[in-house]
Amino acid sequence: MSPKTLYDKIWDAHVAHEADDGTCLLYIDRHLVHEVTSPQAFEGLRMAGRPVRAPEKTIAVPDHNVPTTADRVNGIENPESRIQVEALDKNAKDFGIHYYPVNDVRQGIVHIVGPEQGWTLPGMTVVCGDSHTATHGAFGALAHGIGTSEVEHVLATQTLIQKKSKNMKVEITGKLQPGVTAKDITLAVIGETGTAGGTGYVIEYCGEAIRDLSMEGRMTVCNMAIEGGARAGLIAPDETTYEYVKGRPHAPKGAQWEAALTWWKTLYTDDDAHFDKVITLRGEDIAPVVTWGTSPEDVLPITATVPNPEDFEGGKVDAARRSIEYMGLEAGQKLSDVEIDTVFIGSCTNGRIEDLRAAAEILKGKKVKDGMRAMVVPGSGLVRAQAEEEGLAEIFKEAGFEWRLAGCSMCLAMNPDQLQPGERCAATSNRNFEGRQGRGGRTHLLSPAMAAAAAITGRLTDVRELM
Amino acid sequence: MEKFDKVHGVAAPMPLINIDTDMIIPKVHLKTIKRSGLGVVLFDEMRYHDDGQENEEFVLNKPAYRQTEILVAGDNFGCGSSREHAPWAIKDFGIKVVISTSFADIFFNNCFKNGILPIVVEEEHHTILMEDAHKGENARMTVHLEDQQITTSDGVVIEFDIDPHRKHCLLNGLDDIGLTMEKDHHIDKFEDHASQARPWV
Ligand code: SF4
Repeated sequence: MSPKTLYDKIWDAHVAHEADDGTCLLYIDRHLVHEVTSPQAFEGLRMAGRPVRAPEKTIAVPDHNVPTTADRVNGIENPESRIQVEALDKNAKDFGIHYYPVNDVRQGIVHIVGPEQGWTLPGMTVVCGDSHTATHGAFGALAHGIGTSEVEHVLATQTLIQKKSKNMKVEITGKLQPGVTAKDITLAVIGETGTAGGTGYVIEYCGEAIRDLSMEGRMTVCNMAIEGGARAGLIAPDETTYEYVKGRPHAPKGAQWEAALTWWKTLYTDDDAHFDKVITLRGEDIAPVVTWGTSPEDVLPITATVPNPEDFEGGKVDAARRSIEYMGLEAGQKLSDVEIDTVFIGSCTNGRIEDLRAAAEILKGKKVKDGMRAMVVPGSGLVRAQAEEEGLAEIFKEAGFEWRLAGCSMCLAMNPDQLQPGERCAATSNRNFEGRQGRGGRTHLLSPAMAAAAAITGRLTDVRELM
Repeated sequence: MEKFDKVHGVAAPMPLINIDTDMIIPKVHLKTIKRSGLGVVLFDEMRYHDDGQENEEFVLNKPAYRQTEILVAGDNFGCGSSREHAPWAIKDFGIKVVISTSFADIFFNNCFKNGILPIVVEEEHHTILMEDAHKGENARMTVHLEDQQITTSDGVVIEFDIDPHRKHCLLNGLDDIGLTMEKDHHIDKFEDHASQARPWV
C-alpha cells in the first residue's frame, strides 16, 4: 500500500460514494449546530417533510447571538437574537437532537462545547455551519465549516458532497521561548503563508513544538487554519489527546475505549507520504506577536514597528495603506507604543481554561489601566465554573475585568458587546477585519497573556517585560 | 423539492434592466430565520410607498398581475449580492419562471436550488414574450420544461435551452439533497460497515 498522510487516512475511512469525476459523498460523524446558520436549514427539512437522518450525531448549542451578561437568565432582550435562539430551542426539540440551552452550565461556544463533552474524537469527520470548525482538527478529526444549504444537506443525509483537498505540512521544530504560546505559533504561520497560502489544502501541523502543546493549545493552532485559507487543520492524536478525551461524557468507555484506541493509534502520517506543500518554522524563532492591520496575515513581533506600505509588493501595497489608515496607525510607529482602550479575552480561539490561566498569571495582584474596558468571556459555562473554582475569576475581577457568561460575544459583535467607531481593542479572537468587532472598531489579535499585559499597561506590550 | 412540470399562467412584464438583488429583496429583510414568508416583501421598495401603502403603478400590484407565475424581465436580472433570499422571495410570491435575455450567475444558480426555472432567450424572442406579457390576465403563457418550449397566448412557440442535468433535477424535483438521497443505499451500506468498524462513533 502506498504511504498515506493522516488526512488521506481519515478521508478514505469516510467516503460513502465516489463518482467518476472524483466527487465524493463524505460521511459525517458529528454535526454541530448553532442558532445563526441553521434556522433556514431546519425549515427546509420541514418544508420537504424530511427528518434529521442521524439525530444522535447532531449537537446544537446557541452561542453567536446570546448576551453574556448575567441578566440573560431572565430572557434575551434583543428580539432578533431571541427569535433565533428560540428557533434553535424548538428545532432541537422537534428533530430530537442533543441540545445545550442558553442557561445550561454546559452551554458555550460550539467549538469549545464539542471537545469538552467528548463529542469530538480522533479520526472523525466533524462539520458545523461556522468557519472555525477547524478547531476540532486538534484531535486528529477532519473538521470543516459549511454553509446553510450544506447544513441542510448534512441534516438530511449525514453526508457532504466534497472533492478531496491537497496535503500541506506545517512543521514547527524545537522548543518555544518563554512567553510564546500556541496563539503566537498560529499567527506566525499565517504571517508566513498569507491568508490564501492554505487555499485548496488541508494542513497537518507537526513537529516538536506542536507535540509539546496541550490540547487547548492545539485547538488554538487548528482554529486559525481557516485564516490561512486552508479547508481544515489537523494534528495527529497522541497520549496528550487520549488523556484529554478519556472520561468525557460522550467518549467511549470500557471495551469500546480499547477498540477506539487501537484505531486511533493508526492515525498518523506514514513515513514517505507525499505532501504537496511543506512549511517549516523554528520554534525558537517565534516571538510573541500582534497584528497591526485588518487581515490576520498582518502579523509582526511585538518588538517591531508598523510597516511602510511601500515595502510590500503588488496589491498588498494598497491593502496595507488602507489597513494602516483604518487602524489609525503610522508607518514606523513602534507597536509597543500603540495605546488601546479595550481588552477582550475569549472566543473559540482562546476561551479555554488554559487561556484564562495564562492571562490570570500575568494579572495576579495587578490592576488594569485606568479607563480600560476589559472583559473575559469564558468559552463555556464549564470553563467559567472551573475558573471560579481555581480562583481565576477573583484575579480577573480584582484586576478590573468584567467576568461574563459564555458565548461568542465580542469576537463577532452580533450580541451587544461591540466596539464603538475608533475604539481600539487587544483581542484574543481570530479576525481583525474592518468592522468585525463593531463598525469602525480596531482590532489587534494576540495571545491571552499578551492581552492581559496590554490591559495593565494600556498599550500593546511585550508580555516578557511582565514575567 | 416540488417537481417542475408545466406552468400555464399569468406572465408579468418588468422591462427594467439590471434588476438587482437589493431591489428583489432589500437588506433589512435578511435577519429572518425563515426562507418562506418573504413573498410579501418581494420588490419591497418598488411595490410599497414609504407609508407602507401599495404602489398601484407597480405591475404586481395591478389586479391583472396579482397571480403572476411567470416574470418576463429586462437584461441582467438578479445582479448584486449572493443572497439566497432573492429566489426565496420570488418563489414564495408564487413565481415559478423568470425569463430574460441574461441573468447574474449566482442568482441563476440559486434559482435551480429553489425550484425556479430561469430561461434565457434571444432578443427577438424576448420582445415577443414581453409584448405578450403586457396583455394581462387573460393572456396566459405556457412554459413546458420537458419539451423546452414557451407558448404565448397567441400560440407562438419559442424553444429554449437548458443544461440537461439541471433539467433532470427540476423535472424530478431533485435538489442536491434529493440527488444524494438517490444514493441512500450507499449511505446505508457505509453506516452498516462503520457501525461494525467504529462502534463508538
Ligand atoms: S467565537 Fe468567534 S470565531 Fe468562534 S465560533 Fe464564535 S463567532 Fe465564530
